[in-house]
Amino acid sequence: CSALTAYLHLRQVFVPTESGQGSLTGVDSTLFSLSLSLSLSLPVRTVVSNLPFEDLKKREQPNRRYEGNAIKTNKYRLWSFIPMNLFEQFHRMANIYFVGLAILNFVPVVNAFQPEVALIPICVILALTTVKDGWEDFRRYQTDQQLNNTPCFIFNRKQMCFMERRWKDVRVGDFVRVLSNEIIPADILLLHTSDPDGVCHMETANLDGETSLKQRKVVPGFSTLVRALSVVCENPNNNLNLFKGYVERPDKRRTGFGIDSLLLRGCTVRNTDDAAGIVVYAGHETKSMLNNSGPRYKRSKIERKMNTDVLFCVVLLFFMCLIGALGTVQGTSLSIIQDALHADNGNYIPSVLAGFYMFFTMIILLQVMIPVSLYVSIELVKMVQIFFITQDVELYDEELDSRVQCRALNITEDLGQIQYIFSDKTGTLTENKMVFRRCSIMGTEYCHEENGAVGEFVSPYFLKQETVVVPDRKLMLEVDRQMASIQTGPYLDFFLALAICNTVLVSSVKTLADPFSTDEDESDGFHSSNVSDATGQKGISSERKVKSSPSGSEEVCYEAHSPDEAALIHAAKAYGFSMVERTPHYVTVKLPNEALLKFEVLDILTFDSTRRRMSIIVRHPHTKEITMYTKGADSAVMERLGNVFSVPVKTQKDLDMYARNGLRTLCFAKKVEVLEQEFRAWSAVRQEALSAMDEKEERLMETANFIESNFNLLGATGIEDRLQESVPETILALRRAGMQLWVLTGDKPETAINIAYSCKLLEHEDLFLYTNAVSVICQSVCKMRLEDTLGELRRSTLAPGADHQFRGYNSAFTGPLMEPSIGLVIDGPTLSMAMSDELVEQFVELCKHCRAVLCCRVTPLQKSAVVKLIRQKLRVMTLAVGDGANDVNMIQAADVGIGVSGQEGMQAVMASDFAITRFKHLQRLLLVHGHWCYSRLANMVIYFFYKNVAYVNLLFWYQFFCGFSATAMIDYWLMIFFNLFFTSAPPIMFGIMDKEVSDSTLLSLPELYKRGQHSEGYRRSTFWIAILDAFYQSLVCFFIPYWTYNGSDIGIFAFGTPMNTVSLFTIILHLAIEIKSWVSLLSASSLHKTMTKTSLSLLINI
Amino acid sequence: MKNEGEAAKRPDNTAFTQQRLPAWQPILSAGIVIPSFLLIGLAFIGIGIGLFLTSQTIQVWEMDYTGVEKDSPCFRCTILSNQNCTCEVIFSLSTLFTGPVFFYYGLSNYYQNFRKYGVSKDYYQLAGDTGYFKNPEAYCSPYAYDSKKNPIVPCGAIANSIFNDTFELYQIINGTKKQVPLDGKGISWWTDYNIKYRNPSPVNGSFAKSFDGTVKPINWPKPAYELDLTDPNNNGFLNQDFLVWMRRAALPQFRKLYRRITDGDYAAGLPAGNYSLKVHYNYPVLSFDGRKKVVFSNVSWMGGKNDFLGIAYLVVGSLCVIMSVVMLVVYAKFKFSDDDEAR
Repeated sequence: CSALTAYLHLRQVFVPTESGQGSLTGVDSTLFSLSLSLSLSLPVRTVVSNLPFEDLKKREQPNRRYEGNAIKTNKYRLWSFIPMNLFEQFHRMANIYFVGLAILNFVPVVNAFQPEVALIPICVILALTTVKDGWEDFRRYQTDQQLNNTPCFIFNRKQMCFMERRWKDVRVGDFVRVLSNEIIPADILLLHTSDPDGVCHMETANLDGETSLKQRKVVPGFSTLVRALSVVCENPNNNLNLFKGYVERPDKRRTGFGIDSLLLRGCTVRNTDDAAGIVVYAGHETKSMLNNSGPRYKRSKIERKMNTDVLFCVVLLFFMCLIGALGTVQGTSLSIIQDALHADNGNYIPSVLAGFYMFFTMIILLQVMIPVSLYVSIELVKMVQIFFITQDVELYDEELDSRVQCRALNITEDLGQIQYIFSDKTGTLTENKMVFRRCSIMGTEYCHEENGAVGEFVSPYFLKQETVVVPDRKLMLEVDRQMASIQTGPYLDFFLALAICNTVLVSSVKTLADPFSTDEDESDGFHSSNVSDATGQKGISSERKVKSSPSGSEEVCYEAHSPDEAALIHAAKAYGFSMVERTPHYVTVKLPNEALLKFEVLDILTFDSTRRRMSIIVRHPHTKEITMYTKGADSAVMERLGNVFSVPVKTQKDLDMYARNGLRTLCFAKKVEVLEQEFRAWSAVRQEALSAMDEKEERLMETANFIESNFNLLGATGIEDRLQESVPETILALRRAGMQLWVLTGDKPETAINIAYSCKLLEHEDLFLYTNAVSVICQSVCKMRLEDTLGELRRSTLAPGADHQFRGYNSAFTGPLMEPSIGLVIDGPTLSMAMSDELVEQFVELCKHCRAVLCCRVTPLQKSAVVKLIRQKLRVMTLAVGDGANDVNMIQAADVGIGVSGQEGMQAVMASDFAITRFKHLQRLLLVHGHWCYSRLANMVIYFFYKNVAYVNLLFWYQFFCGFSATAMIDYWLMIFFNLFFTSAPPIMFGIMDKEVSDSTLLSLPELYKRGQHSEGYRRSTFWIAILDAFYQSLVCFFIPYWTYNGSDIGIFAFGTPMNTVSLFTIILHLAIEIKSWVSLLSASSLHKTMTKTSLSLLINI
Repeated sequence: MKNEGEAAKRPDNTAFTQQRLPAWQPILSAGIVIPSFLLIGLAFIGIGIGLFLTSQTIQVWEMDYTGVEKDSPCFRCTILSNQNCTCEVIFSLSTLFTGPVFFYYGLSNYYQNFRKYGVSKDYYQLAGDTGYFKNPEAYCSPYAYDSKKNPIVPCGAIANSIFNDTFELYQIINGTKKQVPLDGKGISWWTDYNIKYRNPSPVNGSFAKSFDGTVKPINWPKPAYELDLTDPNNNGFLNQDFLVWMRRAALPQFRKLYRRITDGDYAAGLPAGNYSLKVHYNYPVLSFDGRKKVVFSNVSWMGGKNDFLGIAYLVVGSLCVIMSVVMLVVYAKFKFSDDDEAR
């Protein structure tokens, strides 16, 4: 590159246009003078540019203490692989057991076999694991290498331009340029973009799975002098949403920046031609690498039970060895010749000591009793089970092109034991594809009948069209009339509020194929902090691209963060109010008469879950007056209305009606003519709150509450969220399978109850208990009611058919059924009362009697608290299913967490153990795969215990006929191969492929699921029966040859090897009987094993 | 993320991935179970009858000659001071003992399967590796060296404890004794004789020289290279009696093949009449309450006499048949009542 272009580059990058950023710098410097005081107390990292020090040796570099960008996720190095890997392997109990036995064999007084031979099993197991680990590690190494060698551009001072280098060459303090659609190599502080507004978009799909674009902006006004640029920021941490620091200029002026100036490693730059910045964190210190935690580890119910049974085996082994030891003590004088053998070089060993030694020898001999290979086999089986689950074509979602994901690797069989299901409503039971259905403006209700009709008939392939709203004719006329006459009025305000009071991004699309290749002028910015702050009831939501019908030549593409917003903005568009552009400072709306209104945005008060509303403060382009538009939950808006007219009353009636129909409601309000000075004063307070370090949240809330008052109600909207397909059928099936279903939602009780009815969670003939905070003011009342209901309940179960009447908000239904099924509806505040210490017992008792429980208006924390409560108090297997960020707590609290990857982003999926796309998949996942996994694994575990005990007992019985001398009549090699080869594959194939009942039967008879729920496949009794069976079979296998050969001239191995074969055949035959369905592969594996076995034993027999 | 086509992630719809592999689900219905039980039972009964009848045709004659009772012929030999004691056991056969007759000695309460006893030998010595003659393996202890620290060949407890009673069998015809020829060839396992055990190669043409610097096992009257001076193929480690002894018995009550009676006048078997067995009584067993016996037996296709196996087959077979009958009764009863309900 020529010197000239290099110079230009440099200027472009490092000389920002002071004029453009000037207005902000003042605010920011005050902001970060505050953070300076903070920075003194917190450990910080200071990054200076590497450019002036390029010629220095590595040791003298100012940033030498910071990690480079090369990553190494492989655990081992070549030279340390073997010792490190062995060290790791010895953390497993099973391996320690093996090694202990091998060491024991080297002690001369207790050894049972040739010590060298006894090393074989442990060596084989260690070697296999080492090979597996080594291979996995090598794969990691390869991906690391691939990443480290990805090209990127680093600024070079000598050449005065960006040179192509590798990712691993990036160091902290380097200037790096990233082009559009490139992956960001390290955490970079954004200093320059090709965008005139100084913004840059990035996609964080690699990080959190969200495909929505995040906006990043250039650090405002940093120094023109590269040499003196020094960046101070916090030390590396894993918080993706928090980052702060400042740039210090040579004249000690400081400019602050936050997370909205940081480009994160692993993300992709979109919509921006190029972006450049200084690397602040590299390699393992980047936020994405710090967030990379390993796979989740949960221990399944079967495994917990199995571990206790392994302990039983240990106890059994102990007793068997004790018998051997006692036998030695009793019968040491066998023959003169052998007496002499007890003497150790002439010193006679006392019989007690001999018995003590014999105890350990017996442990070595009978070591197979502990099914160590079980753990390895289970891991293997679960791996394949997961493979089969993900491969199921029935669980594949055509529309999203996604399969079911298994994120937790070792709880597949828990799917077959679920007793309680906790479900989110929105997005889980429902589509979370919002359709604008009704609105009420100034007390007049407009039902969009045609719109609803369209919604009914859309096939899945036209789902994107759903947001196209067919306007209500009456309302259209009204709008046109107001438009024509006065150019202002509540109707216009209502639609303006719909159009601008949101955080929707507009992007123009030229081609359908590549939505991201837009020009910089058309891509638009918005306050990016909105994105990170927009957590709350809805959470950060995924992008929702909707192509609307083109009004002009180009299509407008809205990227909304919640489906509700998208529905609203499309509704506004249908009436001619379309937002065409949004920048951080302006929002432009096109009116029905094609006129463009460009509002200056003064402030945006973002949505949060406590206020439950959001506001936008704009300056009207014509009248110049400052107006605030607000939307929010009805209660959040209604309580802050100014002068109360009849409008709110009528609107409230409409709202109630919407809720009864299961619509999601939002209220819109406006506050006009905020005085200029008043606003300035408030704005100053607001800025102060923004820059505050302590109690920032509280202060922001205070300021927001201050200005959000004295609204004028404009109207309300009702948005429909349709039920997903076959939700009622699924719920019915799950219920028939004996699962209790709870729905936990943040919605209003009315909406929730409606949905509950329509998805058959509640039946109309169900008894129906309702408790809400209005009727239950304090705890004592709550307690009284709980006790009342419980007493009533007990009486009703005692005397069925009696007349039940429950007090409540809603009328109680008297069940005509003999056994009343009860649904409980409880809301958040009551729930927290019910879950207090003194009431919790009664509450749980009540819940046990309820067929369905519906919790409304609950917070995410309450959701998880409920799950934990039920899980602990009732000791049941719980499953939580949800789709949004608000369900994450609940998903993590349950035994099995299921994420629905739907419209609300990926947080739930990231936290889940399994991820599905539709609620109906739950039916097949639980009833079929859960059942299969459970029964297969349970049978396999039992079989493992059985086979080892059955085999080892042969040796044990022989001890009675060899003077308790720990002789093995079976060749040691055969014993080793018994577990390693002869009996390993068949049970594993059994655990993978056996099919007790076909999937169609399982689906048509959900009752079959109850077997797993009550753990009937694997109980303590099952274990002991298997052990007794093993004892019996080993007795037969031993004593029939014994009586046949007793007194004959049979040699030891001639006696033992056929016995080994007989026992092996018995064990395989036992499996053959256990197998419910014979797949060719399975039988082949067992056949093969027996064949090899027989030929081998014949060989050894010689 | 690669997006190739509309449904890139669609799982393969194959029988394997969808778990729809053709499978045979055996349903244990009465129509299968009852006949199979019956068939198995009948087959077992058949085998049982065959085994039992065959076992009945096998003749076995055995006699304990330990000499525990005072009036038994070998009682005087149980007194330890009596060296080179011989005793004579007189017995008579009422019918012809069809040949070939196998002549066993038997021991009871003798734990050849004791682990430390069992490992007390040196495979390398026995395979003729003279390198191990000087340094026997540690397993042989305490029978690796004698009191003068001379290495013992063959070392170890098994070799040391070799059964050293010898027998001579005479038929008494009209008061005169006619010796019955005993055939000691080929009584050991083929693999032992031909593969596992090897004599050391002779030094300077002398077999005995290869044992230089070693001593005989303590209990042995003569060294290994003098076990059978008449037949070099039966000498040293390849001595048939030695090989038979070295193959350890599986159970504490066992018998081992001593000789076969196949030659001369006795090829067809032992004719009825009186016999005299001359025992060179050397082996002490009373110290550990053991018993010694001699056994004459002939064999059939199923081996030696064994009534148990036939009886076991008969019992299991009958149980199967009984079970099938019981199931048939139960099935008939409930099936028909089901049919009634159906109507």
